[in-house]
Amino acid sequence: MKLHIQGARLIDPASGLDAQQDVFIAGNRVVGLAQPPVDFTADRVIDARGLVVMPGLVDLAARLREPGYEYRATLESEMQAALAGGVTSLVLPPDTDPTLDEPGLIEMLKHRARLLNQARLYPLGAMTVGLKGEKLTEMAQLTDAGCVAFSQADEPVTDTTMMLRAMQYARTFDYALWLRPQDPWLGRGGVAAAGAYAGRLGLAGVPVQAETIALNTLFELQRMTDVRLHLCRISSAAGLELVRAARAEGLRVTCDVGIHHVHLTDVDIGYFDSQSNLTPPLRSQRDRDAIRAALADGTIDAICSDHTPVDDDSKLLPFSEAEPGATGLELLLSLTLKWARETDTPLVKALGRVTSMPAEVLGSRVLASCGRIEVGGTADLCLVDLDAMWTVSAQTLCSQGKHTPLLGIELPGRVRTTIVDGQVVYESQA
Amino acid sequence: MRNPQLNRNGELTHLLTLDGLPRDIVNHILDTAETFVPLADRDIKKVPLLRGKSVFNLFFENSTRTRTTFEIAAKRLSADVYNLNINASSASKGESLLDTISNLSAMQADVFVVRHSASGAPHLIAQHVAPHVHVVNAGDGWHAHPTQGLLDMYTIRHYKRDFTNLTVAIVGDVLHSRVARSDINALTTLGVPEVRVIGPMTLLPGGLEHMGVKVFHDMREGLRDVDVVIMLRLQNERMRGALLPSAQEYFKNYGLTQEKLALAKPDAIVMHPGPMNRGVEIDSAVADGKQAVILNQVTFGIAVRMAVMSIVAGAGPA
Repeated sequence: MKLHIQGARLIDPASGLDAQQDVFIAGNRVVGLAQPPVDFTADRVIDARGLVVMPGLVDLAARLREPGYEYRATLESEMQAALAGGVTSLVLPPDTDPTLDEPGLIEMLKHRARLLNQARLYPLGAMTVGLKGEKLTEMAQLTDAGCVAFSQADEPVTDTTMMLRAMQYARTFDYALWLRPQDPWLGRGGVAAAGAYAGRLGLAGVPVQAETIALNTLFELQRMTDVRLHLCRISSAAGLELVRAARAEGLRVTCDVGIHHVHLTDVDIGYFDSQSNLTPPLRSQRDRDAIRAALADGTIDAICSDHTPVDDDSKLLPFSEAEPGATGLELLLSLTLKWARETDTPLVKALGRVTSMPAEVLGSRVLASCGRIEVGGTADLCLVDLDAMWTVSAQTLCSQGKHTPLLGIELPGRVRTTIVDGQVVYESQA
Repeated sequence: MRNPQLNRNGELTHLLTLDGLPRDIVNHILDTAETFVPLADRDIKKVPLLRGKSVFNLFFENSTRTRTTFEIAAKRLSADVYNLNINASSASKGESLLDTISNLSAMQADVFVVRHSASGAPHLIAQHVAPHVHVVNAGDGWHAHPTQGLLDMYTIRHYKRDFTNLTVAIVGDVLHSRVARSDINALTTLGVPEVRVIGPMTLLPGGLEHMGVKVFHDMREGLRDVDVVIMLRLQNERMRGALLPSAQEYFKNYGLTQEKLALAKPDAIVMHPGPMNRGVEIDSAVADGKQAVILNQVTFGIAVRMAVMSIVAGAGPA
């Protein structure tokens, strides 16, 4: 199949390109930009006037709920949601049931995904068996099976010696560890950011120090081991200060933030809206402003959706009893655009936070052309109408996760076409 | 965001919290309660305001005394009252909170009186009930206990008349106290110039200064020249070592004795939401002393709950 994408504004954050250029695809590769290669005859011409063509989004955290929680979502429904959101590469946290701690499970997951022939899945292996923090997993075999890094998802390791051993073992093979910094004791039982708002509502709080103490511990152990560390879902101004200092010191650190934390604060909990019950908890306006500043200065590399489908029975509960998490795959691009508009961030830079930068975090474990559009690279891309507005609702979302604090909000940016491996896998009407 | 307890005409359709409740409505409830107080001394203690209406007491958390006062209040308004102890039925069978609520709504309930261990549960229920159903919060988690707050205000108004020249001290476990939060909200709404909270740091939430109160850790200092002392109940589970070393040490520092009370104004009143732990947060001599108005609080509580139920049931839909 040969495709000619005609009349689009091409944005490729990796190269900084933002220009009116056609894209030519043959087989699974981009074969020409602006000019077709000689003898190119398109089988299909896509009229993309008024649209932006950009690399498919690379989402560093999306829970597809397989295996184990298929009643909340299935690989099929969530892959469809990913494509509707322009996401062509997904990183899966290991907190499934069973947890992703055995090579067989990874192979099964990759096999299921291949049959669906849609977005690319990059599973994170569990760092410890069952995420219990007691026993290392077979990291080398899990890597052979397709794991791109190792993680504890939202389960902190309580035993510091175990954490050190995991870092040493991972460093031996230069595997990266993806960890969300949260002190297991200070974070226990908390459902909202400790502070005036949680105090007023009578909700148990998670203090900022739960994040900063964990970061300090991780950095100290990293100084001993030189392991590659990716910090997931940073939520506080104080935490970002520590990350900034660690990077300046030369520690091998990258960092992401969940898209909701770029926009919302604890006050958005309003009158106990359990849709705003997220992990980590939403913090103050000051913290949100620090997250935006860190995105601007590069302390935060990537924005992820932290997509977590939660069913009604687990969400329509009093705030503290509701399961944390929100649907996000279909909102990631729109909320990134909204952030860019609100902060006057140049589009190329903003889109880099969901394409080329997360691809760099993944490094050599993924396709070389992941998150970029280049001649000779694999054709994973999407066509977007930046100005189309849409309203977030259960009806407009493909995901089986219908819960988000942004229900009813109007957002900019609609994906019109998504292409994976040179194949049109998603199309929507204008 | 619209205040979820007011309808489009600004009438009180649910009572969920005193946080953000307009002063006019608070005063209206207190004035209405005042008309109900004399009923207690009559031979026939009933008025027909809620005749033919059904009040469901939904207690997801155990309580005898609050449930009983709501029951008495509803019966004095001539309502039909149904007590449901949900712990013992649906919750243990795995029925979800909202399913329980839908089922009860289908039984033509008019008022739900809700107590729940999770902060915000009555808000969730109020969002999901049929428009004609009114929700009254009878205590949710650490968040709010608005009828207790209102009866405390009624008691203070009864003894002190004017709120705008008072100093009020709230003593004890503010962190886990829904009563403290509702009292603080009501006192600041009614224009009390100085609200103090007194307790050890382990029992005070962060951000108290944002609620318009002064924090004291030394009880003697905090009680100096106050007009009203509100003692909070210390739950047994707080005394087991994680937050406080022992009940004895707590009493030594934060128990109200005659000697400490002497630091307050001579006509200061002593209040307690009950049930009291004598010898833990309050000395018997004070609890039974002439400055204590604790039993009057209970009496006023019935009139205040009658006022709340008659006002919300008379309001238009949400």
